[in-house]
Amino acid sequence: MAQIFHRSTNFIARFSVFSALFLIGLALIAVLAVARSPYMTRQNFTREQPVQFSHKHHVGDDGIDCRYCHTSVETSAVAGIPPTKTCMNCHSVLYNNASYLEPVRESYRTHKSIEWVKVHRLADFVYFNHSIHVNKGVGCSTCHGQVNQMPLVFQANTLLMQWCLDCHRAPEHVLRPKDQVFNMDWKAPGNQAELGAKLRVEYKIRTTEELVSCSTCHR
Amino acid sequence: MSDEKPPRDSPEIKRLSLVLGPGHTYGSVTDKISAIVLTRPTSLGWFIGFAISFSIVGMLTVALGWLITKGTGIWGINIPIGWGFAIVNFIWWIGIGHAGTLISAILFLLNQKWRTSINRFAEAMTLFAVACAGIFPLIHTGRPWMAFYMFPYPSTMGLWPQFRSPLIWDVFAVSTYGTVSLLFWYVGLIPDLATLRDRAIKMPMKVIYGMLSMGWRGSARHWHRYQSAYLLLAGLATPLVLSVHTIVSFDFAIGIVPGWHTTIFPPYFVAGAIYSGFAMVLTIAIPLRKAYGLEDFITMRHLDNMAKVMLATGLIVAYGYFIEFFMALYSGNKFDVFLVQQRLHGPYAPFYYALLLCNILTPQLLWFYKMRHNVAVLFIMSIVVNIGMWLERFVIVVISLTRDFVPSAWGRYSPTFWDWATFIGTMGLFVMLIFLFVRVLPAISIAEMRELVAETSEEEK
Repeated sequence: MAQIFHRSTNFIARFSVFSALFLIGLALIAVLAVARSPYMTRQNFTREQPVQFSHKHHVGDDGIDCRYCHTSVETSAVAGIPPTKTCMNCHSVLYNNASYLEPVRESYRTHKSIEWVKVHRLADFVYFNHSIHVNKGVGCSTCHGQVNQMPLVFQANTLLMQWCLDCHRAPEHVLRPKDQVFNMDWKAPGNQAELGAKLRVEYKIRTTEELVSCSTCHR
Repeated sequence: MSDEKPPRDSPEIKRLSLVLGPGHTYGSVTDKISAIVLTRPTSLGWFIGFAISFSIVGMLTVALGWLITKGTGIWGINIPIGWGFAIVNFIWWIGIGHAGTLISAILFLLNQKWRTSINRFAEAMTLFAVACAGIFPLIHTGRPWMAFYMFPYPSTMGLWPQFRSPLIWDVFAVSTYGTVSLLFWYVGLIPDLATLRDRAIKMPMKVIYGMLSMGWRGSARHWHRYQSAYLLLAGLATPLVLSVHTIVSFDFAIGIVPGWHTTIFPPYFVAGAIYSGFAMVLTIAIPLRKAYGLEDFITMRHLDNMAKVMLATGLIVAYGYFIEFFMALYSGNKFDVFLVQQRLHGPYAPFYYALLLCNILTPQLLWFYKMRHNVAVLFIMSIVVNIGMWLERFVIVVISLTRDFVPSAWGRYSPTFWDWATFIGTMGLFVMLIFLFVRVLPAISIAEMRELVAETSEEEK
């Protein structure tokens, strides 16, 4: 009786088993990689704003403190987007004819807010409070990156839950002295492990179990 | 009732004790079993049965589609009864699967020859029952597309699943069970698939069976490896017979709800699983041997043995019911005592009495030789036992949840049309898969039957 299968079938069979396993593995890795990629997290993407406001210029070059505009960051859940009036404190006299700033003046005349595009968007089921972080020695640049070097603001971190938990599990890696919280150029000193542990006690930061409890962030 | 058992040495009892009808040779066994798949024309009955079960699967598809569109609100569940039909049916199906693994693994290791002719379709039954069972935990989550959350994969949340939850244990237990059962079944099929490849007449059949048989030539080396693999898989599958339903029972026993929080649950669930599984094997074996004239292969000895296993496991289950009552009364825990009263006198008491009738009283008939050798009685009893085992899970889930600690949290449960459509739909799926299986694969292991021919002819010498 003639053989149904040619000799080469053995190779094809083995090859397809291995390639199926390989492709399935590859597909899984691809899914996991895409979920972490900037495409999904929107990390490093600058957003087009109604006025191309440069944090690099205002913070980096002019040295304006974060709290000059984001006034409620120390007392409230949200840092606060400044009203047009804050802009006009300076721009009523500086560059007051620049066409570039016409949307700002228009907003001031018409009492209609400028519709800034939100860059750091957390999921609705996450309870996040700026004030507790700032008051416990977590600096702005820890999460937002060096905004003083960003002509247009982009999201410097992934904002994935994993990223939140990295800090909540071991906050001492990022804790700063309180006078350094708004310092954009702060770098962890060599003895950060020691310093962080000391600050953690000093700031009375809760235990890691409490910090990673579900209801700390999902209330 | 008279129990006239024929004397031990009579020709009748000798014939009844056979695991293989007399006068069979290697050829006749192979012919008979492979003919069902290859040469016998498909009967009208098969088409009718397949068409009916296929249309029930259609209903299942509609029920699942509607569920995914609307959510679990289409079911009768509502707080406090968050577990309704979905969990009842899940446990019922997964329990049914257990007989297949017991027959194929434990009876194999114990060298029980009578398992040979029933193990193949019992294993198939296990797989199909696990498939039906698997649907329910998936859909009862409400958002089945998020079910992957239960697997421990490196997620962007930086969290693992809650390993202390029996729900996660379930995922592992059931998926391991499904995988090992599939492998075991498939490895057992390989020599038979090669037989079908060699006997197939049409080229496409030769190619399909040829691919499935993975180049099996039946050389001594093949057989050697096959037998080690089979033995290893039997060893792997054996603990699963006990572990899977133990873990399913933990879904309840870990909770503090009265009627669930007892240590008797694991053994009594396992016994119940084997009980219902053997009932289902009988429900399938009896029509199968009739329809295809397999009385020589699935003999009265098989039916008798299965009835005995049912009787034994049924008694363990009865003991479980008794201990539940005893422990409630002996502990004096007022919630447990109250639950006992609810079972006996509460709104769902008729279900409890029906359960006692189906699971404890009816199987007592199996003490009698005549009953065990009456095919019609066995068939009806197998169905009664399956109804009883379904009622058991209903009683456990619903009575405890409707009457827990605080009267203000009490409720009632009644299934809706969609609950029934899903449940009956899975029965349709099960029957349809059985029909397909019988048509395209050898329902009895040809290779093992040939071994049996050799062994029985040696015994006769």
